[in-house]
Amino acid sequence: MTVPQPQVHVAIASRFENIELVQVAIEASLDILELDEKTAHRIGLAVREGVANAIKHGNREDPDKRVEVDCILARDQVIVRIEDEGDGFDPTDLPDPLRAENLLKPTGRGIFFMNEFMDEIDYTFGSDGGTIVTMKKTIAPSFKEVATREEE
Amino acid sequence: MQMTAQHREGVTIIYPKGKITIGMGDVALRDAVQEALNAGATKILINLKDVSTADSSGIGEMVAAYTTVTNRGGALKLCELPNKVTDVLQITQLITVFDVFESEDEAIGSF
Repeated sequence: MTVPQPQVHVAIASRFENIELVQVAIEASLDILELDEKTAHRIGLAVREGVANAIKHGNREDPDKRVEVDCILARDQVIVRIEDEGDGFDPTDLPDPLRAENLLKPTGRGIFFMNEFMDEIDYTFGSDGGTIVTMKKTIAPSFKEVATREEE
Repeated sequence: MQMTAQHREGVTIIYPKGKITIGMGDVALRDAVQEALNAGATKILINLKDVSTADSSGIGEMVAAYTTVTNRGGALKLCELPNKVTDVLQITQLITVFDVFESEDEAIGSF
Protein backbone atom coordinates (compact mmCIF):
# COMPACT_ATOMS: atom_id res chain seq x y z
CA MET A 1 0.00 0.00 0.00
CA THR A 2 1.32 3.46 -0.86
CA VAL A 3 1.43 5.88 2.05
CA PRO A 4 0.09 9.30 0.96
CA GLN A 5 2.66 12.08 1.18
CA PRO A 6 1.72 15.27 3.02
CA GLN A 7 0.94 17.94 0.47
CA VAL A 8 0.07 21.63 0.68
CA HIS A 9 -1.56 23.73 -2.04
CA VAL A 10 -1.78 27.53 -1.93
CA ALA A 11 -3.17 29.82 -4.64
CA ILE A 12 -2.66 33.58 -4.40
CA ALA A 13 -3.38 36.70 -6.41
CA SER A 14 -0.19 38.33 -7.75
CA ARG A 15 0.51 40.73 -4.89
CA PHE A 16 3.80 40.78 -2.99
CA GLU A 17 2.05 40.86 0.39
CA ASN A 18 0.57 37.44 -0.43
CA ILE A 19 4.06 35.91 -0.34
CA GLU A 20 3.64 35.94 3.43
CA LEU A 21 0.62 33.62 3.13
CA VAL A 22 2.66 31.16 1.08
CA GLN A 23 5.57 31.28 3.49
CA VAL A 24 3.35 30.68 6.54
CA ALA A 25 1.76 27.65 4.85
CA ILE A 26 5.07 26.21 3.66
CA GLU A 27 6.89 26.77 6.95
CA ALA A 28 4.03 25.21 8.89
CA SER A 29 4.13 22.15 6.65
CA LEU A 30 7.94 21.90 6.93
CA ASP A 31 7.54 21.68 10.71
CA ILE A 32 6.40 18.08 10.19
CA LEU A 33 9.87 17.21 8.92
CA GLU A 34 11.63 18.68 11.97
CA LEU A 35 14.34 20.19 9.79
CA ASP A 36 17.16 22.14 11.35
CA GLU A 37 16.59 25.89 11.42
CA LYS A 38 19.10 26.68 8.67
CA THR A 39 17.67 24.16 6.19
CA ALA A 40 14.08 25.22 6.88
CA HIS A 41 15.02 28.88 6.42
CA ARG A 42 16.83 28.16 3.15
CA ILE A 43 13.87 26.23 1.71
CA GLY A 44 11.53 29.00 2.87
CA LEU A 45 13.70 31.63 1.17
CA ALA A 46 13.86 29.62 -2.07
CA VAL A 47 10.05 29.44 -2.07
CA ARG A 48 9.80 33.18 -1.39
CA GLU A 49 12.12 33.92 -4.30
CA GLY A 50 10.24 31.58 -6.63
CA VAL A 51 6.89 33.14 -5.76
CA ALA A 52 8.31 36.68 -6.00
CA ASN A 53 9.65 35.89 -9.47
CA ALA A 54 6.30 34.43 -10.51
CA ILE A 55 4.51 37.61 -9.36
CA LYS A 56 7.05 40.10 -10.69
CA HIS A 57 8.51 38.59 -13.86
CA GLY A 58 5.84 35.99 -14.64
CA ASN A 59 2.51 37.67 -13.96
CA ARG A 60 3.91 41.23 -14.15
CA GLU A 61 2.18 42.05 -10.86
CA ASP A 62 -1.26 41.63 -12.45
CA PRO A 63 -3.49 40.84 -9.44
CA ASP A 64 -5.98 39.09 -11.73
CA LYS A 65 -3.35 36.46 -12.46
CA ARG A 66 -2.72 33.74 -9.94
CA VAL A 67 0.34 31.98 -8.61
CA GLU A 68 -0.19 28.43 -7.46
CA VAL A 69 2.21 26.71 -5.10
CA ASP A 70 2.30 23.02 -4.23
CA CYS A 71 4.60 21.57 -1.61
CA ILE A 72 5.02 17.82 -1.34
CA LEU A 73 6.78 16.39 1.67
CA ALA A 74 8.33 13.06 0.88
CA ARG A 75 10.38 10.99 3.33
CA ASP A 76 13.72 12.29 2.09
CA GLN A 77 12.77 15.13 -0.22
CA VAL A 78 10.84 18.40 -0.29
CA ILE A 79 9.32 19.19 -3.67
CA VAL A 80 7.94 22.66 -4.37
CA ARG A 81 6.10 23.50 -7.57
CA ILE A 82 5.32 27.14 -8.43
CA GLU A 83 3.12 27.97 -11.41
CA ASP A 84 2.36 31.38 -12.90
CA GLU A 85 0.38 32.64 -15.89
CA GLY A 86 3.15 34.70 -17.48
CA ASP A 87 5.08 34.57 -20.74
CA GLY A 88 8.13 32.73 -19.42
CA PHE A 89 11.80 33.65 -19.51
CA ASP A 90 15.20 32.11 -20.17
CA PRO A 91 16.59 30.98 -16.79
CA THR A 92 20.02 30.34 -18.29
CA ASP A 93 20.42 33.90 -19.54
CA LEU A 94 21.12 35.50 -16.18
CA PRO A 95 24.23 37.33 -14.95
CA ASP A 96 26.28 35.72 -12.18
CA PRO A 97 25.76 37.87 -9.06
CA LEU A 98 29.11 36.72 -7.66
CA ARG A 99 31.14 38.26 -10.47
CA ALA A 100 32.98 41.39 -9.37
CA GLU A 101 31.08 43.62 -11.78
CA ASN A 102 27.72 42.39 -10.40
CA LEU A 103 28.49 42.20 -6.70
CA LEU A 104 27.18 45.69 -5.92
CA LYS A 105 24.11 45.47 -8.14
CA PRO A 106 20.91 45.71 -6.09
CA THR A 107 19.05 43.08 -8.16
CA GLY A 108 19.70 39.70 -9.77
CA ARG A 109 20.00 37.37 -6.77
CA GLY A 110 16.55 35.73 -6.65
CA ILE A 111 17.22 32.74 -8.91
CA PHE A 112 20.74 32.53 -7.50
CA PHE A 113 19.20 31.95 -4.05
CA MET A 114 16.89 29.28 -5.48
CA ASN A 115 19.82 27.50 -7.11
CA GLU A 116 21.96 27.73 -3.98
CA PHE A 117 19.29 26.64 -1.51
CA MET A 118 17.69 23.78 -3.46
CA ASP A 119 19.31 20.70 -5.05
CA GLU A 120 17.43 20.61 -8.31
CA ILE A 121 15.39 23.16 -10.28
CA ASP A 122 13.40 22.47 -13.41
CA TYR A 123 11.49 24.95 -15.59
CA THR A 124 8.54 23.98 -17.77
CA PHE A 125 6.97 26.46 -20.16
CA GLY A 126 3.37 25.91 -21.25
CA SER A 127 2.46 26.24 -24.92
CA ASP A 128 -0.28 28.73 -23.99
CA GLY A 129 1.93 30.65 -21.56
CA GLY A 130 2.69 30.09 -17.92
CA THR A 131 5.84 28.84 -16.27
CA ILE A 132 6.12 25.97 -13.82
CA VAL A 133 9.19 25.95 -11.60
CA THR A 134 9.82 22.69 -9.75
CA MET A 135 12.41 22.77 -6.97
CA LYS A 136 13.64 19.76 -5.04
CA LYS A 137 15.63 19.51 -1.84
CA THR A 138 16.92 16.25 -0.42
CA ILE A 139 16.69 16.14 3.35
CA ALA A 140 17.82 13.81 6.10
CA PRO A 141 15.02 11.83 7.74
CA SER A 142 13.86 13.44 10.97
CA PHE A 143 15.02 12.07 14.31
CA LYS A 144 11.44 11.13 15.10
CA GLU A 145 11.12 9.12 11.89
CA VAL A 146 14.44 7.34 12.42
CA ALA A 147 13.42 6.44 15.96
CA THR A 148 10.08 5.12 14.74
CA ARG A 149 11.76 3.01 12.07
CA GLU A 150 14.25 1.58 14.59
CA GLU A 151 11.38 0.61 16.89
CA GLU A 152 9.76 -1.24 13.97
CA MET B 1 8.49 45.66 9.48
CA GLN B 2 9.12 48.31 12.09
CA MET B 3 11.93 50.82 11.75
CA THR B 4 13.37 53.02 14.48
CA ALA B 5 16.50 55.14 14.64
CA GLN B 6 18.66 56.85 17.21
CA HIS B 7 21.86 58.86 17.29
CA ARG B 8 24.96 57.99 19.30
CA GLU B 9 28.35 59.65 19.10
CA GLY B 10 27.64 61.13 15.67
CA VAL B 11 26.38 57.85 14.24
CA THR B 12 22.81 57.33 13.01
CA ILE B 13 21.73 53.85 14.04
CA ILE B 14 18.81 52.26 12.21
CA TYR B 15 16.98 49.36 13.85
CA PRO B 16 14.84 47.33 11.42
CA LYS B 17 12.57 44.80 13.11
CA GLY B 18 10.98 41.86 11.29
CA LYS B 19 11.50 40.78 7.69
CA ILE B 20 13.46 42.75 5.08
CA THR B 21 11.68 41.30 2.09
CA ILE B 22 10.20 42.28 -1.25
CA GLY B 23 7.48 44.89 -1.19
CA MET B 24 7.64 45.29 2.57
CA GLY B 25 10.80 45.73 4.62
CA ASP B 26 12.95 46.55 1.61
CA VAL B 27 11.05 49.80 0.98
CA ALA B 28 11.04 50.66 4.68
CA LEU B 29 14.82 50.22 4.86
CA ARG B 30 15.32 52.35 1.74
CA ASP B 31 13.15 55.12 3.25
CA ALA B 32 14.97 54.99 6.60
CA VAL B 33 18.40 55.32 4.98
CA GLN B 34 17.17 58.10 2.70
CA GLU B 35 15.70 59.93 5.67
CA ALA B 36 19.03 59.69 7.51
CA LEU B 37 20.89 61.02 4.45
CA ASN B 38 18.40 63.87 4.04
CA ALA B 39 19.03 64.80 7.68
CA GLY B 40 22.74 65.08 6.91
CA ALA B 41 23.95 61.77 8.30
CA THR B 42 27.27 60.50 6.95
CA LYS B 43 27.85 57.68 9.46
CA ILE B 44 25.06 55.14 9.30
CA LEU B 45 24.89 51.86 11.19
CA ILE B 46 22.17 49.27 10.60
CA ASN B 47 21.68 47.10 13.67
CA LEU B 48 20.11 43.88 12.36
CA LYS B 49 19.60 42.10 15.70
CA ASP B 50 15.79 42.01 15.36
CA VAL B 51 15.65 41.03 11.67
CA SER B 52 14.12 37.58 11.22
CA THR B 53 14.95 37.15 7.54
CA ALA B 54 16.14 39.00 4.44
CA ASP B 55 15.39 37.88 0.89
CA SER B 56 17.17 38.90 -2.33
CA SER B 57 15.27 42.20 -2.44
CA GLY B 58 16.19 42.97 1.16
CA ILE B 59 19.83 42.15 0.50
CA GLY B 60 19.64 44.25 -2.67
CA GLU B 61 18.32 47.17 -0.66
CA MET B 62 21.24 46.89 1.75
CA VAL B 63 23.63 46.96 -1.22
CA ALA B 64 21.84 49.97 -2.71
CA ALA B 65 22.03 51.77 0.64
CA TYR B 66 25.73 50.94 0.92
CA THR B 67 26.56 52.34 -2.53
CA THR B 68 24.37 55.42 -2.07
CA VAL B 69 25.97 56.33 1.26
CA THR B 70 29.49 55.53 0.04
CA ASN B 71 29.03 57.58 -3.15
CA ARG B 72 28.10 60.56 -0.98
CA GLY B 73 31.32 60.23 0.96
CA GLY B 74 29.71 58.59 3.97
CA ALA B 75 29.98 55.14 5.52
CA LEU B 76 27.34 52.47 6.12
CA LYS B 77 28.10 49.53 8.39
CA LEU B 78 26.20 46.55 9.82
CA CYS B 79 26.16 45.02 13.28
CA GLU B 80 24.60 42.22 15.35
CA LEU B 81 23.73 40.04 12.37
CA PRO B 82 21.41 37.10 13.11
CA ASN B 83 22.66 33.76 11.73
CA LYS B 84 20.03 33.78 8.97
CA VAL B 85 21.25 37.13 7.65
CA THR B 86 24.90 36.11 7.95
CA ASP B 87 24.06 32.99 5.91
CA VAL B 88 22.70 34.95 2.94
CA LEU B 89 25.48 37.55 3.08
CA GLN B 90 28.06 34.76 3.01
CA ILE B 91 26.41 32.97 0.08
CA THR B 92 26.25 36.20 -1.91
CA GLN B 93 29.84 37.06 -0.87
CA LEU B 94 28.58 40.44 0.32
CA ILE B 95 30.00 39.69 3.75
CA THR B 96 33.31 40.76 2.19
CA VAL B 97 31.81 44.07 1.02
CA PHE B 98 30.12 45.30 4.18
CA ASP B 99 31.91 46.28 7.36
CA VAL B 100 30.26 43.89 9.83
CA PHE B 101 30.59 44.05 13.62
CA GLU B 102 29.41 41.77 16.39
CA SER B 103 28.40 44.58 18.74
CA GLU B 104 26.94 48.04 18.36
CA ASP B 105 29.64 49.60 20.54
CA GLU B 106 32.38 48.06 18.42
CA ALA B 107 30.71 49.31 15.24
CA ILE B 108 30.29 52.86 16.56
CA GLY B 109 33.93 52.94 17.63
CA SER B 110 35.01 51.99 14.10
CA PHE B 111 33.63 55.10 12.35
